[in-house]
Amino acid sequence: MNFFDTVIPYLLSGISVGGQYALIAIGYTMVYGILRLINFAHGDVFMVSGLVMIYLAASTPLYVAIPVTIIVTVALGFTIERVAYKPLRTAPRMSLMISAIGVSYLIQNLALYITGGLNKNYPEIPWISDKISIFGTTTTRVTLITPFLTLALVLILVWLINHTKIGMAMRAVSKDFETSQLMGIKINNVISATFVIGSFLASIGSILYFTNYPGLVPTSGSMPGLKAFVAAVFGGIGSIPGAVIGAFIIGICESLIKGLDTILVSQGIIADPVGFATFSDAFTFVLLIIILVFKPTGLFGEKQTDKV
Amino acid sequence: MRKALELKNVTMQFGGVVAVDNLSMEVNEGEIVALIGPNGAGKTTAFNVITGVYEPTNGEIDFFEKTIVRNHPQGKMKKMYKGECAEYYVNQPVLAPTPDKITLRGMARTFQNIRLWKTQTVFNNVLIAMHGHSTANVFSAIFRGNANEEAAQRLKVEKILDTVGLLDVKDELATSLPYGKQRRLEIARALATDPEMLLLDEPAAGMNPQETLELTEFIGSIRRDLKKTILLIEHHMDLVMDISDRIYVLDFGKLIANGTPEEIQKNQGVIDAYLGVAED
Amino acid sequence: MKKTKQNYTALIAVLIFMSVIFVLDQLIKPTDSLGMLLTVLQKGSVYALAAVSMNLLNGFTGLFSLGHAGFMLIGAYTYAIFTIPSVERDNVYQYFDAAIRFSFPETFSQALGPFGTVLGVAVAVILAGLIATLFAYLIGLPVLKLKSDYLAIATLGFAEIIRAIFQWEKLGPITNGSNLLKSFVRTSTMQLTIGSVTLSFSTFVPVLIAVICITIIVLLVNSTYGRAFKAVRDDEVAAEAMGINLAHTKQLSFCISSFFAGIAGAMMAMVLSIAQASNFKVSMTYEILLMVVLGGIGSITGSVIGALLFIFASEWWLRGLDSGTFLGINAPNVFRNGFRLVVFSVIIMIVVLFFSKGIMGDRELPDLIRSWKKNGGPFRKKNRENLHNVLDSAQDESEDHSGRRAKS
Repeated sequence: MNFFDTVIPYLLSGISVGGQYALIAIGYTMVYGILRLINFAHGDVFMVSGLVMIYLAASTPLYVAIPVTIIVTVALGFTIERVAYKPLRTAPRMSLMISAIGVSYLIQNLALYITGGLNKNYPEIPWISDKISIFGTTTTRVTLITPFLTLALVLILVWLINHTKIGMAMRAVSKDFETSQLMGIKINNVISATFVIGSFLASIGSILYFTNYPGLVPTSGSMPGLKAFVAAVFGGIGSIPGAVIGAFIIGICESLIKGLDTILVSQGIIADPVGFATFSDAFTFVLLIIILVFKPTGLFGEKQTDKV
Repeated sequence: MRKALELKNVTMQFGGVVAVDNLSMEVNEGEIVALIGPNGAGKTTAFNVITGVYEPTNGEIDFFEKTIVRNHPQGKMKKMYKGECAEYYVNQPVLAPTPDKITLRGMARTFQNIRLWKTQTVFNNVLIAMHGHSTANVFSAIFRGNANEEAAQRLKVEKILDTVGLLDVKDELATSLPYGKQRRLEIARALATDPEMLLLDEPAAGMNPQETLELTEFIGSIRRDLKKTILLIEHHMDLVMDISDRIYVLDFGKLIANGTPEEIQKNQGVIDAYLGVAED
Repeated sequence: MKKTKQNYTALIAVLIFMSVIFVLDQLIKPTDSLGMLLTVLQKGSVYALAAVSMNLLNGFTGLFSLGHAGFMLIGAYTYAIFTIPSVERDNVYQYFDAAIRFSFPETFSQALGPFGTVLGVAVAVILAGLIATLFAYLIGLPVLKLKSDYLAIATLGFAEIIRAIFQWEKLGPITNGSNLLKSFVRTSTMQLTIGSVTLSFSTFVPVLIAVICITIIVLLVNSTYGRAFKAVRDDEVAAEAMGINLAHTKQLSFCISSFFAGIAGAMMAMVLSIAQASNFKVSMTYEILLMVVLGGIGSITGSVIGALLFIFASEWWLRGLDSGTFLGINAPNVFRNGFRLVVFSVIIMIVVLFFSKGIMGDRELPDLIRSWKKNGGPFRKKNRENLHNVLDSAQDESEDHSGRRAKS
């Protein structure tokens, strides 16, 4: 088999996964930009969105289930911020991070209780789950749609941030929290808007992501969540284009590593599989550590200096 | 008389901003020297360069006639460098010790915005500053093999606290002290590192005239009784003129004058720097 | 002297405590209704040590690290690999040709009898700590320069990398790949038969290890190095200006914390009778962190209380929430599998949101008792600077995660 044919399927799924990570990563990077908080619960919001979809699709048609899922997810993101982060506005950053970890723990346990720990099957969404053939390989339509949908959403978001009042407020708050407050920006509204946008995108990402997977368990959200955060760090935390590019890089790398054994064997470079697939998750963190050590501000991050 | 500290052509450039520009100065052993200048003149930056917090872009710093810091513009800075004398140090090895190394060689500082260890008592604040000189390794420290050394350190802490007049509050939390006493505690803590030279960054900031007067007396006594060399940054001119042997004046990172307090008081350049020059 | 008297009081208290544990070990059979007490004591001591060792790093040195599960994994595997008896080895490594065929307890017992077994276990436990330390040292070199949340995410990443390495099929001859390790020396078989009397040590051993390790950590925290840790936590810049080597001090704290995390991992293998990499996920680190928060960041007794409460509540007292009846209320539809953890996480969130100082704040039990004596009761609050504010300002001032020195 020629090299191209072996690599293409992995590359395609990598781009698709990358797009899904990008949608989650934006939530991380925006929240970090404003609150300086790694919102550990974001991955679980993503998982809950999948779970809600599963339950809704079982009893309602898809054209109801999908919008309601998105609304519920957005409401969840909003509520989490109001309940778990808002009271800690003046508290140390460490408390905020611990609160995020606590929320993540709570959501996972709640999901465990509701599902009884069983693997839930994600509903099949007609048209986007259809099999199609491209470059001689078979894949689902969602794989192709994801990157374009992601890019479209990102462009809209960037436009919103650059051209609307709330977008301007967001930029101001992420530059200087306290001064913005003094200038009369309603901090709480801006923060809520950030969570709403983040959850909305995570919800879209969730539909695209879980369609490609057979099932969902309560911990399904934590790994994609962490990877998306790594993507945000990789691109330079606080930068939306950075997060998107980081997510695509990580998605593609991860997918290629999953297929590295097959690719290398088919090319005759190695005789037996080495088991690279074990490292598909770990590799993300290798990338993270490399970027943190050599360019701690990420690809597009701004440099800050501290004052003595 | 030995030179305690000598700065040669020190330049500190952040990106395109030159915070300290080709500064050369010296402090002799046993002297009290003041570094003054309007806000933003680069005084604290100079302090940070001397104590190793920042690595200078160019220049050399000698401490008791041994070079402790040396650098020349490297990498991106080669093109961006706006200062002078870069060629002097190009072929000499770069020296960039961390602040703790410099402190252990005998130079201790205080901070403009008080930086005490907030959860610790007055006593512990001074005791911790002796950690750098303690010889115990971690195992002997855990199993109290260093009991004698620690007892000696504790005795010394009491002595230092007695000297600065804080012995009666030794078990209080550092942050519960009034402002003036916190500044004294910072000096006590610096003394605990066994320095040859003290660098005081605005020791009288936020003090009332009475406290300033006491501080002036106290700084004098550190030189007199403890035989320390002192370099200080200060805005209280009474204090500066009172105790300094010599004064260096910085403006926009550049040295604009130096001399005895009398000379500086009469210097037109200094007056202009502080009051501004009328345009006509 | 006052100090010596205190030390004796502490020593006597520990001796009495250990005797009680020893007696409990003999009186209660694992199958009794009170057998749960032994199980939670065993697990509790594992988590108590894990929480205290995490607190040493997060609470006392101010380094927010989330790599604990990774170091515990290393400890668990090291201990397990070096204590599997040779007759069991091929049975455990079903799919691989075991590379390490050496067991400390076995080798030592051949030479020294029962004492050799004890020595062998001790050596394996210490080795577990040392290997974890070695990894920590190597990981610490790049990551300890990072600040606050970047350090957290990098250590978390390393824990995941470690987990992947241990599950890698190519290392199967050593780690058994993704299969579990079993049949090594575990607490349930720690018994000694003298004549007709059989003495059980299944609870005594883990509790003893935890007590010894925590004592060492207490001694460390109160030593000159412990004070240096606190100085780094309270104000890094000041600490460095006062002659404390930052890199060295952080590395030391990271290594010591990981050493004890490794030992806690070994204890976990011992108590659970199995070691499997997939158990040491990020969620384990989160749980330990929540124990530390529950007890109070910066308090060792707090961490012990937090861990014990966590384990006692989640494994024992709230068990009824999972099985239909709780406090006499019978509601099988609500009280079903998983409800216990939901209630428990809600409690944790309440603590995080409304009692962020935890149970002990940054105080220790002896301090508390002393202040009760002085103030005539436990309910007079003494006005103290709250550690959390300090952690806050320390973190906010160190916004720049990219390292300390302004390079030019």
